[in-house]
Amino acid sequence: MSLTESVLAGNRLALARLLTQVENDSPEGRRALAELFPHTGRAHLIGITGAPGTGKSSLVNQLALHYRKGTDRKVAIVAVDPSSPFTGGAVLGDRVRMRDLSGDSGIFIRSMAARGSLGGIAKKTAALVQVFDAAGYEIIIIETVGAGQSEVDVARLAHTTVVVEAPGLGDEIQAIKAGILEIADVLVINKADRPGVENTERALRSTLELAHPARRVFRHHGQTMSVSAPAIDSTTWIPPINKTVATEGKGIAAVIASIAKHVEHLRQSGDWAARDRARLESEMETLLREALLDRFFASVQQVKYEETIEKVINRNISPYEAVKYLLNGKQV
Amino acid sequence: MTEKKIRVLVAKPGLDGHDRGAKVVARALRDAGMEVIYTGLRQTPEMIAEAALQEDVDVVGLSILSGAHMALAPRILELLKKNGQDQVRVFIGGIIPDEDLPRLKEMGITGIYGPGASTEDIIKEVRAAVQLRGA
Repeated sequence: MSLTESVLAGNRLALARLLTQVENDSPEGRRALAELFPHTGRAHLIGITGAPGTGKSSLVNQLALHYRKGTDRKVAIVAVDPSSPFTGGAVLGDRVRMRDLSGDSGIFIRSMAARGSLGGIAKKTAALVQVFDAAGYEIIIIETVGAGQSEVDVARLAHTTVVVEAPGLGDEIQAIKAGILEIADVLVINKADRPGVENTERALRSTLELAHPARRVFRHHGQTMSVSAPAIDSTTWIPPINKTVATEGKGIAAVIASIAKHVEHLRQSGDWAARDRARLESEMETLLREALLDRFFASVQQVKYEETIEKVINRNISPYEAVKYLLNGKQV
Repeated sequence: MTEKKIRVLVAKPGLDGHDRGAKVVARALRDAGMEVIYTGLRQTPEMIAEAALQEDVDVVGLSILSGAHMALAPRILELLKKNGQDQVRVFIGGIIPDEDLPRLKEMGITGIYGPGASTEDIIKEVRAAVQLRGA
């Protein structure tokens, strides 16, 4: 039996080995991805992101427990942690918070180092997710590295993106900045037993109101003013805010309900297909870019390349001119 | 481009709660360019074998300070084998009396490190064990 066949038959060791092949982008991994691709497209991909220490791993632990309760849906978790920019090494510690999931053969946790990617997930995270999808994992939870403001790649990959906040991390200015909050389909304020949770909730709520203005009446300096804004109809998704204490399992059912509601919304609005399309398109584009670059490096003479770099360093030509020269071969 | 990294599971089986040593080793292996998966405290042999399988690691490093190594180590080796991971190399760090060393080696433990062991030696021997396996 080939590795691919074993994976489709549910062999966990084969699955683990194939994930390594795919992560390392080996020829065998690429071949297997091609064979598995027709079997993908069934899973619900849930992205979990947020700043370091907000409790992403603890939340993932609880979500996976809930998804396994009373169903035979298999759950996969891909947990990404950063690689050292100097040595390429990594300590992957997300499993520490997921010990409750041990012993359940319907759950598969795979830790992944970002290996130089800066978008919050690794270059091969999408490919690993495809393998899990083909292997019949219906719920795939992708946990990003501790994300700051612009690690938003997970939103391109996941159907539903959950952004985890915690009290005390920032004021309302942080909340109206572009970036991570914009990608939230579901917002979670974890550690909701800590002081300051009301402020965090107020800041998030006011951000959502700015993003999704509704028709309402303002009281301003004693006067009643009517403010009109673009009407929201039933097709507008407004990210729900959920409060949790993940280490105690509090508030998890509400998060699950919000995610389920979001799936329903995606299916009814046609966004499910649209996101699928956008994801595959961007994946193809990335691969195309890599392939073109590889092809270019295979065709260009090493000497010519180095000469050109020298010219740029000596300020004889600009980087733009250098690219033009390398691609067209014309002298500048 | 194929990029092969050495993947190591650093685990603490049993009930002792001191993981400074495990963290020092995890950090040293990280600085040597390896990907280290850390499991946290109080893992059963079953949990460790399961994590080793899911993570498809090349090496498992066990930190045992409780004196229970002669019970835990063989159990973990047995489970790895049962899961089809005979090729995984197992190292132990901790407080291991000299008289237990031959038997642990015989069981198939690749390296044993007590207090004062240098992280450089550990890195060197982990690399050698994995290369041996790849060849």
